Amino acid sequence: MTEMSMIGALTSALDIKLALDPDVLVFGQDVGYFGGVFRVTEGLQQGHGLDRCFDTPISEGGIIAIAIGMGAYGLRPVPEIQFADYILPAFDQLVSEAARLRYRSGGEFWAPITVRSPYGGGIFGGQTHSQSPEAIFAHITGLKTVIPSNPHDAKGMLIAAIEDDDPVIFLEPKRLYNGPFDGRYEQTLRTWAGHPAAEVPEGHYTVPLGKAATVRVGADVTVLAYGTMVHVALAGIADSGLDAELIDLRSIVPLDIEAIVASVKKTGRCVILHEASRFGGFGGELSALVQERCFYDLEAPIERVCGWDTPYPHAFEWDYFPGPARVTAALRRVMEPA
Amino acid sequence: MRNSGLYIPEPLARPGEPPRFNHLDFGTAGAVRRPDVDESAGNLRDLPYALIRVLDDDGAARGRWDPMLRPETMLKGLKAMLLTRQFDERLFRAHRQGKTSFYMKSTGEEAIGAAQSMVLGDKDMCFPTYRVLSWLMARGYPLLDLVNQIFSNAADPLKGRQLPILYSARDYGFYSLSGNVGSRFGHAVGWAMAAAYKHDGSLALGYIGEGTTAEGDFHEALTFASVYRAPVILCVTNNQWAISSHAGIAGADGTTFAAKALAYGLPGLRVDGNDFLAVWAATTWAAERSRAGLGATLIELFTYRAGGHSTSDDPTKYRPADEPAHWPLGDPIDRLKRHLITLGEWDGARHAALTAELDEEVKIAVKKAERVGTLGKSKPKMAEMFEGVFKVPDWRLLEQRRELGILDD
Repeated sequence: MTEMSMIGALTSALDIKLALDPDVLVFGQDVGYFGGVFRVTEGLQQGHGLDRCFDTPISEGGIIAIAIGMGAYGLRPVPEIQFADYILPAFDQLVSEAARLRYRSGGEFWAPITVRSPYGGGIFGGQTHSQSPEAIFAHITGLKTVIPSNPHDAKGMLIAAIEDDDPVIFLEPKRLYNGPFDGRYEQTLRTWAGHPAAEVPEGHYTVPLGKAATVRVGADVTVLAYGTMVHVALAGIADSGLDAELIDLRSIVPLDIEAIVASVKKTGRCVILHEASRFGGFGGELSALVQERCFYDLEAPIERVCGWDTPYPHAFEWDYFPGPARVTAALRRVMEPA
Repeated sequence: MRNSGLYIPEPLARPGEPPRFNHLDFGTAGAVRRPDVDESAGNLRDLPYALIRVLDDDGAARGRWDPMLRPETMLKGLKAMLLTRQFDERLFRAHRQGKTSFYMKSTGEEAIGAAQSMVLGDKDMCFPTYRVLSWLMARGYPLLDLVNQIFSNAADPLKGRQLPILYSARDYGFYSLSGNVGSRFGHAVGWAMAAAYKHDGSLALGYIGEGTTAEGDFHEALTFASVYRAPVILCVTNNQWAISSHAGIAGADGTTFAAKALAYGLPGLRVDGNDFLAVWAATTWAAERSRAGLGATLIELFTYRAGGHSTSDDPTKYRPADEPAHWPLGDPIDRLKRHLITLGEWDGARHAALTAELDEEVKIAVKKAERVGTLGKSKPKMAEMFEGVFKVPDWRLLEQRRELGILDD
């Protein structure tokens, strides 16, 4: 075991896959010699060669198109889209091609690509460096969409995604790259040093896609979260004084429905968190699933704590970001007697 | 009739007017130089503005682009083109008889797929548009499988999941088609980059229509092909019409589609797409160049869509009804047939006999497919609807299968 930041864990996953599998190629804007704007691919070109980790033109549609062509040929491409906010020029490729290729070709061709992209807010990135687009990918059948919340899961899930034969959208919570941010922005920033989930095996391992993790066992209420919001949830739960059960979904497609249902049936209450704006967000799907499967176990209406339905506003970073105070308030609301 | 300062390009002739092509310069067969395949792109900048033609109006092969094919090779090409034509005619009628929902013909463009399929090897992969059926015909793809796909019946190789004629045939070097135009052009480049990475000596060939060159996919593919010197042949099939939009709407009036290559530092060839020998020669040139490690070539295949866009289209609504008959570069089957007759290798009687024989083959395949079932009379097992979304279906798909009443296997 070695202590790693999320960046270090992701680099380690790519380094291991490049070393073990000659069919793995890493490419994207600024990922080659320079090592990526967030340093995730640092040293990979130097370590594995110019043709294993290389720069691409500024062309998200082109990056994903060539990745699909390479994947159909038999390689395992790992393209990076520099910010999830910039993935939309590649949307047609992901929706009409990557997600459909296996189905429409009767299984003759498929696209085993892993699209890495940093997402989420809390970095004063304004509306073009802060968005959380997971729901629009979750809606596209044929794509897997996963979001780790710590270094250990980030490495194991990235290796699992690369080894998966379906296209995977691998969203990296950029606010967690260097430390477990819990939404208390006025406090001194923490690094991953000393965090249990920063203890990462040096070698190859996988964390299966589609398995949630119970981060905190509790009896009062179930909190469903992923990415940065897992850490915000812990802060909100601590402030509430409640005995909440926190489930880190880790993967929204495939979704660990069994873990969700088992927890809500036990607690009878559910609060859903995400940074993305509320209307049409993935919380709506989670809420519907919980209602369909746990209606007679629910003691209170399901609550959602999300970003507001506005673009991500620069000056209002902490008014928009669903911080621990809003989580605490929601937890208290669902505990109120009917 | 100009009402404002805004220019809107229009074709020279609309319905009721005589067909006119005098805005186009067709050059002369045999007139265009054939550079060595290793010539630098900078010395090839005249070629996108010329038109490479081999067969002249009298059926003779002219000039340095003549690939000097053996008669058996040309006859094989002729047969593939003719089979495509007969298949299209019979399946178009099958649509009119209510046996399927949709059909698209390749009529007038059969030389392209046939010649390119024969030039490229078994390990090469084409990324087709919906008008290169002759690629499959030249490689002997089973007619019955085509008809079963068109009928979406129980024997459909694509398991009832895909619109008629949007085939996929990996073993025949034919990538999965889609109704979204242009979105596979970059896949051809990615495939070629993978082939280069693997040093396997193969190459990819991508097709896009002239109308779709306006999509970003076209420019993205050319950028990547150029940057990474991918072993790919990128083809623009310029058949003059994108449903009802004439090529001028895609930007043809000020330049040629082959000339788009120049901005990317790639060679661009403009070829008579109705001339089997010219298509053969240009494709051979580009393939040799790619296999020599010299990267991509853009080829504009200058042709004419002789039929409607699809069974849902009526081209007499937007172009003169007799425009196809007046296309100055003629019909690709007639031209190769004439050349073979000129060489003394073919004659009208044999041509008529071959046509009848191929039509019979198609008829038999259609009959067999009809015995399996036409659209709605037969379909693959329902479980196929939920397979292939992912490699292994997730719980949603399994639950929805059960909800539809499909029992677990």
